[in-house]
Amino acid sequence: MDQSTREETEKIELVIGKLLRVGVIISAAVILIGMAMFIISGHSGYTGSTHPTTPSAILSGVVALKPYAIIMLGLFLLILTPVLRVVVSIYAFFKEKDYLYTTITTVVLVILVIAMFIGYAG
Amino acid sequence: MDKLVQQLLILAFTGLAAGILGALLGLGGGIIITPVLTLLMGLPIQYAIGASVIAVIATSSGATIAYLKDDMLNLRVAMFLEIATTVGAILGAVVTGLVNSSVLYFLFGALLLFSVYNMIRKMLSKGEKVVSVNDDKYAQKLRLNGSYYDKATQEHVDYSVTNVPGGFAMMFGAGLASGLLGIGSGAFKVLAMDTIMKMPLKPSTATSNLMMGVTAAASATVYFFNGAIQPQIAAPLAMGILVGATIGSRIMQYLPTKVLRWIFIPVIGYMGLQMLLKGIGVNI
Repeated sequence: MDQSTREETEKIELVIGKLLRVGVIISAAVILIGMAMFIISGHSGYTGSTHPTTPSAILSGVVALKPYAIIMLGLFLLILTPVLRVVVSIYAFFKEKDYLYTTITTVVLVILVIAMFIGYAG
Repeated sequence: MDKLVQQLLILAFTGLAAGILGALLGLGGGIIITPVLTLLMGLPIQYAIGASVIAVIATSSGATIAYLKDDMLNLRVAMFLEIATTVGAILGAVVTGLVNSSVLYFLFGALLLFSVYNMIRKMLSKGEKVVSVNDDKYAQKLRLNGSYYDKATQEHVDYSVTNVPGGFAMMFGAGLASGLLGIGSGAFKVLAMDTIMKMPLKPSTATSNLMMGVTAAASATVYFFNGAIQPQIAAPLAMGILVGATIGSRIMQYLPTKVLRWIFIPVIGYMGLQMLLKGIGVNI
């Protein structure tokens, strides 16, 4: 690898590293806000020990500022961070002109998305 | 103290400990979390599993964001082996119930104990192995060889991997184990890289941490949408783990590899014994 490609690679890796950091920090912040609201108000926003599990219930709960809905949103964002890692890795390999690994990583993403869809469907 | 706040604090500190250990050794932290949730807090097992899956992802994300540049973790090894792990995990989840879990616990437990035996024998005979340089044809074709900076010895270490098909098969087994039994998300991955593919321990644990998050993301969606992930349990646990894992991955970089392995061996030994005994119907 020549000098300019190496520098390019390091620049890409640095940007990816920061991007992933921001992703994790955002999900942690959302979870923290939900927890703080739950502790301060003493209410989850839902009856008994139930919590929202469908995307529509979570989104409408977030709009209504219900603590459990906000926590669930944060947890879902956290679940998505490894997926983000795979997506940005595809981009990084492509920029490095490493087409073998662009393909391999895309295969991983496809398998992952299929598995997540199976998980969502049932 | 308010009972709610007390419970949140217990969970956060449990997460902190699990995050540190998980990031140090490339494990998911279930070894700490599951007993605290089921034995100490009396939580039903499906909620404990749901929390553990979130714990794996939090450990993975917390540990990997500590490395701004990907020199400690080997992204190519991770993505190549991830194919085997995810396919194994999906297959495991599909056929779960068709196979006798006692037999599986026994087999996987025996495998861990055998690895521990091998590791101890090797440690006693020649200490931490010198990084071998060889020219495995798969490793070269797939560009799996890498390098990392060891902050303990302040040395730049170039390493090569070997026995790629063996590692790939072991990763498939690791995926099966996590899909079938929901266990060993990290242990078998570290063993596949460290023991079978002869990758140095530090990049092995870092890469395992990266991989287990990707594998767990799929099963996490199952538990998220079926309600097994309880916000009041998963949230404080995840926050503790995120902090713990960033601490653990920083400590790991400075620890001598030998020390890291002497922490790894008893932990894996305990896990192996626990699984072996579970296979013959004894719970510890």
